[in-house]
Amino acid sequence: MMVWTPDQPIVRLKDVHKSFSALTVLKGISLDVMKGEVICIIGPSGSGKSTLLRCVNALVPIERGSITVEGQEVNDPKLDKLALRRKVGMVFQQYNLFPHKTALENVMMAPIHVLKRDRKEVEAQALALIKKVRLEGKEHVYPGELSGGQQQRIAIARSLAMNPDVMLFDEVTAALDPETVKGVLVTIRELAEDGMTCMIVTHEMGFAREVANQVYFTDGGLLVEHGPPKEFFANPRDPRTKQFMDQIL
Amino acid sequence: MIVSRTDLAVLKPFRLGAAATSSEPWRFTLWHGVALLAALAVAIGIGEAQAQAAIGKPGIIETMIKWTPLLLQGFALNIAMSFLAMAIGTVVGVPLGLAQISLLPPIRGSSWFVTQFFRNSPWLVLLFYCMLLLPFEVRIGDTVVPLPGWLKSTIGLSLPVMANVSELVRGAVRSIPYTQWEAAESLAMTRRQTLWMIILPQCVKRMTPPWMNLYAILTVATPLTSVVGVSEAMTLTGDILSSEGRTELLVPMYLYLLLFFFIYCYPIARATIALEKRFQVR
Repeated sequence: MMVWTPDQPIVRLKDVHKSFSALTVLKGISLDVMKGEVICIIGPSGSGKSTLLRCVNALVPIERGSITVEGQEVNDPKLDKLALRRKVGMVFQQYNLFPHKTALENVMMAPIHVLKRDRKEVEAQALALIKKVRLEGKEHVYPGELSGGQQQRIAIARSLAMNPDVMLFDEVTAALDPETVKGVLVTIRELAEDGMTCMIVTHEMGFAREVANQVYFTDGGLLVEHGPPKEFFANPRDPRTKQFMDQIL
Repeated sequence: MIVSRTDLAVLKPFRLGAAATSSEPWRFTLWHGVALLAALAVAIGIGEAQAQAAIGKPGIIETMIKWTPLLLQGFALNIAMSFLAMAIGTVVGVPLGLAQISLLPPIRGSSWFVTQFFRNSPWLVLLFYCMLLLPFEVRIGDTVVPLPGWLKSTIGLSLPVMANVSELVRGAVRSIPYTQWEAAESLAMTRRQTLWMIILPQCVKRMTPPWMNLYAILTVATPLTSVVGVSEAMTLTGDILSSEGRTELLVPMYLYLLLFFFIYCYPIARATIALEKRFQVR
């Protein structure tokens, strides 16, 4: 097996195919993400953006093609899924916090029980993370008492507590009230500035333009075009991209 | 030409989650109590009138008070049986319910079969089976443990309880949104960790009200054991009536017994409703 070095893509998708029974969702997706890079994936609903992310941490198995994370093949029946998921953090549209645990417990749970780390040390890290997402004072509050944006920031802290190498963001602001969106985006931007590798599925064009190194446009299970945000937003080449931009901007 | 495959998103048929949407369960209401008291008052009134016609016999209320200690003794056995059957049923039913969500098809299939078998069998039939099939004593090493009738019928009652608890567990686990599993999975938690630390703690809350309701149903089912000869309150009421030999006692006595059950079960029903309301808020 090839040994992965940081100058190779940290996440590499090659000709990835995925279908749910009769519905083909991904029809050959290839893309590379380098360490420290932030990519944004945009595109109409049902174009396979979320599925693409879910394939990367093996929440969804793929049929054909190859996905590697740090050189480790994800499309391998012998894959140690848990080892993969320790490296890849994921944040969901609906936050999916554990409602019976406080914010702090949500953040501490996986490091303690999955990584078997020392509780004191984890608690210190969790408190720092909660501070980082600017929710100091909410440590002992249950998710139900937090706003959507606050829950989402706790969810980000929960993922970060595992010290992942790659973060996946699946339309993390799509379910939020407009006034809470900004706080979440600021948190992600700070992460990106810290050098975290991020794959972001989003509908926030302004955010994508600002934070991404590469923007990908998907439609009908294919990557239609991609490029650095300046070029991509200034003059999209493909008619489908143009049409999509006209609709939302 | 008929096109059977499509690239368009298709609306899949809508399916209700299992057990998550059961209809309003049966339970005691205050109206049961009001109706019961009214009927009892009328029955005693008529009985007293009849008793006065027959000179030299004690009144209805007097007779009822006379037998109350014995009735209470019998009723205590009903309660004891309900406690024990609930305990056995829960201890066996929870693992059975967990087996129903096992990833191994043989375990899932067999536990499903056991659950469905006992859940859909008439309680009385199970009771008879246990009475007739279980020995009257078991030998463990040198000690002989007797199995009295009340214990055998308690085991009989615990079988449907077990099956219902099993379904409660399965339904509760299924009712937790799938996204909770996904979130735990993406944090590299194992299935076992997810089940014990994320899913089941959330289930306990959801299961408590229906579990209490099941207990109330079990309690009012304990008089079934009188059919197989257990000396519980129902059997004793029959004995009292035959020893008194007075027809005017029949209606008041059984209503009196019903009142026992109501007084015991009504607070449980109220508590169940209160818990349901409290858990809905969160």
